[in-house]
Amino acid sequence: MSSTQNLKQRLEAVNEYERTPIPKNKLKGWKSFIGTYAGEHTAGTEFVIGPLFVAHGATAGDLVSGLLVGNILAILSWAFFTGKVAMKTRTTLYYQLEKIAGNRFTLVYNVVNAALFCFLAGAMIAVSATAVGIPFNLAMPSLTDIYPSSVGWIVTVFGIGAITTFVAMFGFNVISKFANIAAPWMIMIFIAAAVGVLPRLGITSFSDFWPVAETTIWNGVPLEGQSKFTFWHIMFFAWFCNMGMHIGMADMSLLRYAKKWTYGFSSGTGMFLGHFIAWMASGILYSLFLLESKGSLVFAPGPIAYEAAGIAGAVCVVIAGWTTANPTLYRAGLAIQSINPKWKTWKVTLFVGLVTTIAACFPALVMQLLEFVALYGLVLMPLGAVIFMDVFVLPKIGLVSNYAELTKSHFNPAVGITWIVSLIFCLGLNIWGGIEIFFLGLPGWFVAVIVYLLSSKIIQKKTTNVSPTIPLTY
Amino acid sequence: MKSVLKIISFTALVLTLAPSFLVFWGYIEPSLSKILMLIGTIVWFGTASFWMNKTEENEEEVI
Repeated sequence: MSSTQNLKQRLEAVNEYERTPIPKNKLKGWKSFIGTYAGEHTAGTEFVIGPLFVAHGATAGDLVSGLLVGNILAILSWAFFTGKVAMKTRTTLYYQLEKIAGNRFTLVYNVVNAALFCFLAGAMIAVSATAVGIPFNLAMPSLTDIYPSSVGWIVTVFGIGAITTFVAMFGFNVISKFANIAAPWMIMIFIAAAVGVLPRLGITSFSDFWPVAETTIWNGVPLEGQSKFTFWHIMFFAWFCNMGMHIGMADMSLLRYAKKWTYGFSSGTGMFLGHFIAWMASGILYSLFLLESKGSLVFAPGPIAYEAAGIAGAVCVVIAGWTTANPTLYRAGLAIQSINPKWKTWKVTLFVGLVTTIAACFPALVMQLLEFVALYGLVLMPLGAVIFMDVFVLPKIGLVSNYAELTKSHFNPAVGITWIVSLIFCLGLNIWGGIEIFFLGLPGWFVAVIVYLLSSKIIQKKTTNVSPTIPLTY
Repeated sequence: MKSVLKIISFTALVLTLAPSFLVFWGYIEPSLSKILMLIGTIVWFGTASFWMNKTEENEEEVI
């Protein structure tokens, strides 16, 4: 048998149970989730988000307290929202939403969702490119760049995009295995890079750290043109930066493989290694870069990590970007595949990888990452609220779950109304109330819940020929 | 054999992290630290792949 045929057979054999509950013998142990979450959240974004907190003038006290509270809230959201729902349904977000909202609504949602995932994965590929470009003396992007600045940048991005897509085509198992191996090493590199440069910031003993952190690293002064971040910005950002995944339910795709809902707490490895230690470490590195470059506008995680930790640092940036881009591409592939289940997973992933790679060529994706991440969570949030209410609350108030499936409807208006009204409400708060995007998720969720309950009550009144679904028993 | 590999892997992780603390305390130069971190990286990826996912697969088989 030729190697080409063998490869094709392996790709065709990839079965990710997109439209059926996960069989009991395919459930994964907690180590798989610890590795996946640690790898996914100790990632390329961390090399960008930590420095952007510095650029936005966060104080050291606000940063530490905001991250502690926000990360704990995020972990609780993963366990009590995503974990509970994933245990009960054992399906992907996309299939569950189709049962609730109908396939016509899901089509629109999936396209929006996949586009957001592509942009996020694209940002990670761009971050990796800043490290891969070092030996080629590639011109690095700056904070104000929007378009690709050179042919070399585009070639580098396409090379990384091709490798990322190829690995993602083999499904969750390959991604999970690589993340497991890379995660412990990555966090070592993050810590080592930051500790190694402390003497250059004037820190030569542990007792020096906090005074220098307050006066030099996170001195509370935003860079020119950047808004000022407070405790509330950091807390809400830490909580909602993955809102699409926990409250928005995208991580049902991962947690449906878990044996217990409590595996949602395994997100703690990602939060405290990635969204605490790694954000602080990358902030330290960027602060040193600003100090030594006298406020240069160049924004390139690769060279900064290389300067601090040598080749291992640059490799860390590449792998960190890769371990985020891979599962994100996988999710985007699932989103697109649910449009037409007959499409092969690997072919869909190949297409999604191409779109992602093109997006990655634009440095603006990296420079506006905080706002993009907040927007991505916000757009997906109302559907997470819909799924949560549909699974747990509707049966308790005399309404049926999975309305579209039971009525054989292609579109459940209650879901469409909920999505539109909640997003218009958030947009209104932003435009007329002056509320920043980081704070819109919380009021938006409550609006989504109320609108979905009311609209479901009205719509289901007209339908009497429905019966409740049978829940899974494991 | 797996135990030996694990010992080598964890030693590699220590080799990745520890040199930066030696730089912090002024015992070694940053250039030496970077070389040691690279060696730690190579050894980690060269050894961890032989036991990390094997443990996970075994765990799944006994469910």
